[in-house]
Amino acid sequence: MIRPVVRALDERTHAAPFGVRALRYLFPDHWSFLLGEVALYTFIVLVATGTYLALFFHPSTAQVVYHGSYAPLDGTRMTEAYRSTVQLSLDVRAGLLMRQTHHWAADVFVAAIAIHLMRIVFTGAFRKPRELTYYVGLTILVLALLEGYLGYSLVDDLLSGMGLAIGYAVALSIPFVGANIGQLIWGGPFPGTADFWSRMYIAHVFLLPLLIATLIAIHLVLVAALHHTQFGGGRRTERRLVGLPAYPAQAARSLGLMFAVFAVLFLLGGLVQINPIWLWGPYHVADGTNGAQPDWYLGWLIGALRLMPSFDVTILDYTVIPNPFWGGVLFPGLVFGTLYAWPSIERRFSGDRARHNLLDRPRDVRWRTATAAGFLSWVFLIFLAGSADRAYVLFGWSYETQLQIYRVLVFVLPPVVFWLTLKVCDELRRNEEVSRRRREAEAEARAAANRA
Amino acid sequence: MRRAELTVAALLLLAAASAAGFVVVYALDSIGHQTQLLGLTLGAAFACVAAALVVAGRHLVPVEDGEDEYGSPAPEAVDQVAEVVEEGAVRMRRRRLLAGAGAAAGAAIGAALLAPVVSLGPAFDLAALARTPWRRGRRLVDEAGAPIPAAAVRPDEFVTAFPEGADPEEIGSPVILVRLDPARLRLPAARRTWAPEGIVGYSKICTHAGCAIALYRAPLFEPAEQPPGLVCPCHYSTFDPATGGTVVFGPAGRALPQLPIRIDRQGNLRAGGTFSGPVGPSWWGVRRGRATS
Repeated sequence: MIRPVVRALDERTHAAPFGVRALRYLFPDHWSFLLGEVALYTFIVLVATGTYLALFFHPSTAQVVYHGSYAPLDGTRMTEAYRSTVQLSLDVRAGLLMRQTHHWAADVFVAAIAIHLMRIVFTGAFRKPRELTYYVGLTILVLALLEGYLGYSLVDDLLSGMGLAIGYAVALSIPFVGANIGQLIWGGPFPGTADFWSRMYIAHVFLLPLLIATLIAIHLVLVAALHHTQFGGGRRTERRLVGLPAYPAQAARSLGLMFAVFAVLFLLGGLVQINPIWLWGPYHVADGTNGAQPDWYLGWLIGALRLMPSFDVTILDYTVIPNPFWGGVLFPGLVFGTLYAWPSIERRFSGDRARHNLLDRPRDVRWRTATAAGFLSWVFLIFLAGSADRAYVLFGWSYETQLQIYRVLVFVLPPVVFWLTLKVCDELRRNEEVSRRRREAEAEARAAANRA
Repeated sequence: MRRAELTVAALLLLAAASAAGFVVVYALDSIGHQTQLLGLTLGAAFACVAAALVVAGRHLVPVEDGEDEYGSPAPEAVDQVAEVVEEGAVRMRRRRLLAGAGAAAGAAIGAALLAPVVSLGPAFDLAALARTPWRRGRRLVDEAGAPIPAAAVRPDEFVTAFPEGADPEEIGSPVILVRLDPARLRLPAARRTWAPEGIVGYSKICTHAGCAIALYRAPLFEPAEQPPGLVCPCHYSTFDPATGGTVVFGPAGRALPQLPIRIDRQGNLRAGGTFSGPVGPSWWGVRRGRATS
């Protein structure tokens, strides 16, 4: 039964030789290699649920008065965008499941990419010949952050309006061109014209998903063309890779993972409430609420914005660089700039221009591991600073005192983490050395006992 | 092997049952916890398929490592590509001229295609950013459009006001009003008449990132607590309403613009003029507007 189908296809495509190679393609085996796949499968859920939502959502700023099934909002003035989202959540059957699954999937998508990136950095997988794969992956992360931000901004609930206000202020803060860029994007001063909603919508449902999908395709083609990296040992060398064939072993595992990802996302979407926008209410320029938090993946930016002391660059009475620039432009620019430059920086310092197919164990390249850990602790600390208001509510810790402590820690902690990581790497390696010697000594002792 | 096969078959049948359950729950017109049941049935169906695949992957399909060679660069092919490209240009003598002309065409066409971007918004009209509807004599009204009597601004509470007849959704519109003890006011000398009965008005839009100042820190037990503060919930910039909106904590780089307040003959609040400085988040070139001097 299989043969006639394959023959019919091959006669029309000449793809059978490619099929053989694809089925025999080898996947080296390590749990951490699955992180990228989690992101890939989450993307599928995002496209599917997002398309369903787009069948009901109206990207319109037309002002309406709500008279729907949710009584607490009855008679409230709101935009059509917000009204249609409330309606698709509460009145469309399976609508809330799709919306919550979409939101959860967005959070998981960015998380999977971020952890995947950590794996790549800590094991040196970005080295030659895989720099392009790395840059493409990083760009997917940048676009995913923007895509997520646009997604929850489109709803026009109170939180999304506050987030857009911040985005506008960050755009405005760019020296010499910020005000012009802000006016272009928003179509005028905040909150912008009705056109702004059309712009966010096409970006969120078409431009960015298309870009992300294209980059995912390039990423995968590059991965396949160069083969996966692997950890060394046994028959695994720089020249020879050992792994499971795509069919059947890897296919069963990978599809199993795909369905597990689908399961987790739909269980979360059905059982764990996320962003109940009908509780937040519609956004109006004059409204705000305490304890406002973005989705987790923008927490590092809100942390940076909150942590920065009152400081603008000014000449006489004129502003040159307004404050949101530091946390909203400079900080993410520095983080992603460092990540993009990392392969070149490392090549420069190590002088290593060779091709690498074997991964480093983090402990074996102690300076890279320590630098990455210090850098990560810096970003994570700023992320934590963004939740100081929650800590104030939960534990009663003074917000202002917390911020003063964070302002010191961001300078103190990274060097400490750097130094500690060096020590841990050394200790791990020394341990290995000790156990290796012990094994040797025991083997010698056994051999001696046997002789005697 | 037999047991694994039975397990996989059982899991797949369970998935089918669960998916059928999803359709049943979906078809039911009124049912409590429908979203939860939909998620549970669909999630369980996927989970069963995942489990079936994992079992199959471990026990039913051959799991044998294969070996392969990593690829390597192909210098001969690189030479060939370079040669082919060079051969194509072999008749071109004045290559510099052609490259220059090509670059000029490319740059000009690129600029031409980018030019319509300017239609997106008033990119060069920066004055629009500072525009506000507030004028001398304009009445302050509440959300419903009703005038606000001075007595409506009570101690320890804030009131949000808008300019009468203007669009409340402009960032130049909303104003936050609080009543302070007139003896405690430390306004700049030029603003001495701006706070009748101790009622001060400020732009409600934070000068840091444009969120609405939605929190008022009013000390309930003065000796031990911090003085009154207007707080933005986005990044907790805190402004002192007694000193002309100066920044006392948080990231904001300049003071809140103050609106001069008057009380008219009917006892309602009116604007005595426009704001002391530009409203909303800063941009390059914006004047800071000294609050204290």
